[in-house]
Amino acid sequence: MDFLIFKAPMLMVQASLDGILLGILFALIAYGMALQWGVMNIINIAQGDLVILGGYIAYTMYLAGIHPAWGVVVSPIIMFFVGWALYKLVINKVVDRDLFISILATFGIAIVFQQLMNFIFGADVVVAQSEYGTTMIFDNSVTLPNSKIFSAFISVLYAVALVVYMKKSRLGRAIRATAQNARAAKILGVDTEKVYAATFGINAALCGIAGALISITLTLHPYVGLPYTVRSFMIVIVAGLGNLPAVALSGMGLGLFEEFADYILGTEFRIGAVFMLLVFILVYRRFKLSKKREYLK
Amino acid sequence: MTKQKDLILYSGLIILGLAAPFLFSAFKVQLTYLCVLIVLAMTWNLQGGEMGYNSFGNILFYGLGMYLTASVQVGMFFPLAEWTESGGEKTFVHTTAQYFQGIGVGLLVSAIVPAIVAGAIGYAILGLRGHYFAICTLGLGIAAGEIAGGIEIIGAGQGFTTPPFPAEIVDVEARGKFFYFLSFALLIGTFVFVKYIYGSRFRLILNAIRDNEDKAEAMGIQTMKYKIVGWMVSAFFCGLAGGIMGGLIGYIDSTDVAFDGREMGVFMVLMAILGGKGTLWGPVIGATLFHFFKEGLWTLILGWQYVALGVLIVVIVVYFPEGLMGWLREKYPERFGEVIDDKDRKAQVELK
Repeated sequence: MDFLIFKAPMLMVQASLDGILLGILFALIAYGMALQWGVMNIINIAQGDLVILGGYIAYTMYLAGIHPAWGVVVSPIIMFFVGWALYKLVINKVVDRDLFISILATFGIAIVFQQLMNFIFGADVVVAQSEYGTTMIFDNSVTLPNSKIFSAFISVLYAVALVVYMKKSRLGRAIRATAQNARAAKILGVDTEKVYAATFGINAALCGIAGALISITLTLHPYVGLPYTVRSFMIVIVAGLGNLPAVALSGMGLGLFEEFADYILGTEFRIGAVFMLLVFILVYRRFKLSKKREYLK
Repeated sequence: MTKQKDLILYSGLIILGLAAPFLFSAFKVQLTYLCVLIVLAMTWNLQGGEMGYNSFGNILFYGLGMYLTASVQVGMFFPLAEWTESGGEKTFVHTTAQYFQGIGVGLLVSAIVPAIVAGAIGYAILGLRGHYFAICTLGLGIAAGEIAGGIEIIGAGQGFTTPPFPAEIVDVEARGKFFYFLSFALLIGTFVFVKYIYGSRFRLILNAIRDNEDKAEAMGIQTMKYKIVGWMVSAFFCGLAGGIMGGLIGYIDSTDVAFDGREMGVFMVLMAILGGKGTLWGPVIGATLFHFFKEGLWTLILGWQYVALGVLIVVIVVYFPEGLMGWLREKYPERFGEVIDDKDRKAQVELK
């Protein structure tokens, strides 16, 4: 093994910390996906593109001279309404239908979003400078950008806030009731249509937060949405719907996997490794379940 | 009577197909595209329409076929690594005989290898159902593109220039005609094969799997075997289509040409749905309509074509999931051999 990462143990610490901080961010996106999947039974391929759109909102603020960190407040508000509008335009027509229809329809939405972002923001790779500096630990051998720490902190903050909101608030209860049994909830007077719209809006808002954080920690490009969708899909199928600690853990696991894959396989195979991991996870689950003569449902 | 009608229809279409490159001489490349698109839509339909396994990953076989044909064509005569290294500047030139030998063997390989690959991964992947299968194959297709983009010997990120058409052939039309007739032959082969499947027990088994896989299994059908065979058939023709397209385009890029999930991968699904899933003629009509629409509109709305494509996907999927054939079937059920009582019809009218 002549990989650099095995020669220098400090690189492993670096990769692990990077991976965990990144994973928390992924978990936030995955939480949104789990929410809409659980409540509306929709797989949203445009999830990643909502993230990137949220990032571009923060980037626009950065261009306008406002500190991009404020994006974590502004972006979710705008994205909530984007999500709401998207629901009213398209998603409400695919909620009760075959999952494949929702996959394909959101795939169409993803293409539209990508192209519109390409028109508006250009096809360059951009990043919003937070100028937070870096933290050096372990005798300056491990560098951590403060923006990554900031983004992990904000992710946890929002995730906890959302969990509390879902538990305590009226809308949160309505959402959980609809997730359990939409028909019963409807009979008992829950306006499920509104609940669905709100759920999709909340999901989009989560994407907005994640996007704003990505704009300062990673890079933005109109066409990189799909990997985020796949990452969140992966996290959800590993963690299950509505299990936040598991979502957080598998998010971190994915982050770790990616950072190590980056070092071992090389950066050019990073995205490929993510997609292959998806295939492997699904196939693994399939073989495990087939022993009990069951299949993924 | 119907036999005779069919005969007239098919011979008419074949004559039209054979005459097309001479009649519409300027559109040979477009016609080649059309043939390939129809093949892709028909083979996707075998999967998504008949078997109920909506695959986003058939692009994997298409791209694989493309790379294989080009690699074999080059590798048979010259060192492959040096060829891709040199990029556009060609130090090696195929003679006419070498070119045709190469592409012949290449196409053979590009048909067989994807089918074998489909058989090999089929057991693992086809155990997934519904949307898990869809997402898994989506992942496969994109992973293949990303990985191919990192492999040096097939050109990595800078792409792979396929061998140019031999310069010794003076006729400038020859290249277009060659690829057109190649793709037309592929189209006929695919159509005949798919039509044969439509009349066979195999199709009924695929339909049984689509309608209720558990019950099909309970009836004693080895569903996995048939699913794998179905996928291998798709892979076989997709690989060939990819090989032909690689030669026609002349340049292979990992994510924009070969494993082009954003275009071809979506197109084949869209065309099959547009025409009508689970019918013989649906994908053919869908692909033809789509191609005309695309070629007609693409240039008018330059830059906005992907937006139009996305909107088109949403509109078709949300409002028109049965496709053209499904719509026709609802409107004129008698034409499709369904017998409807007058009473039923009246009841329908009253209901409306």
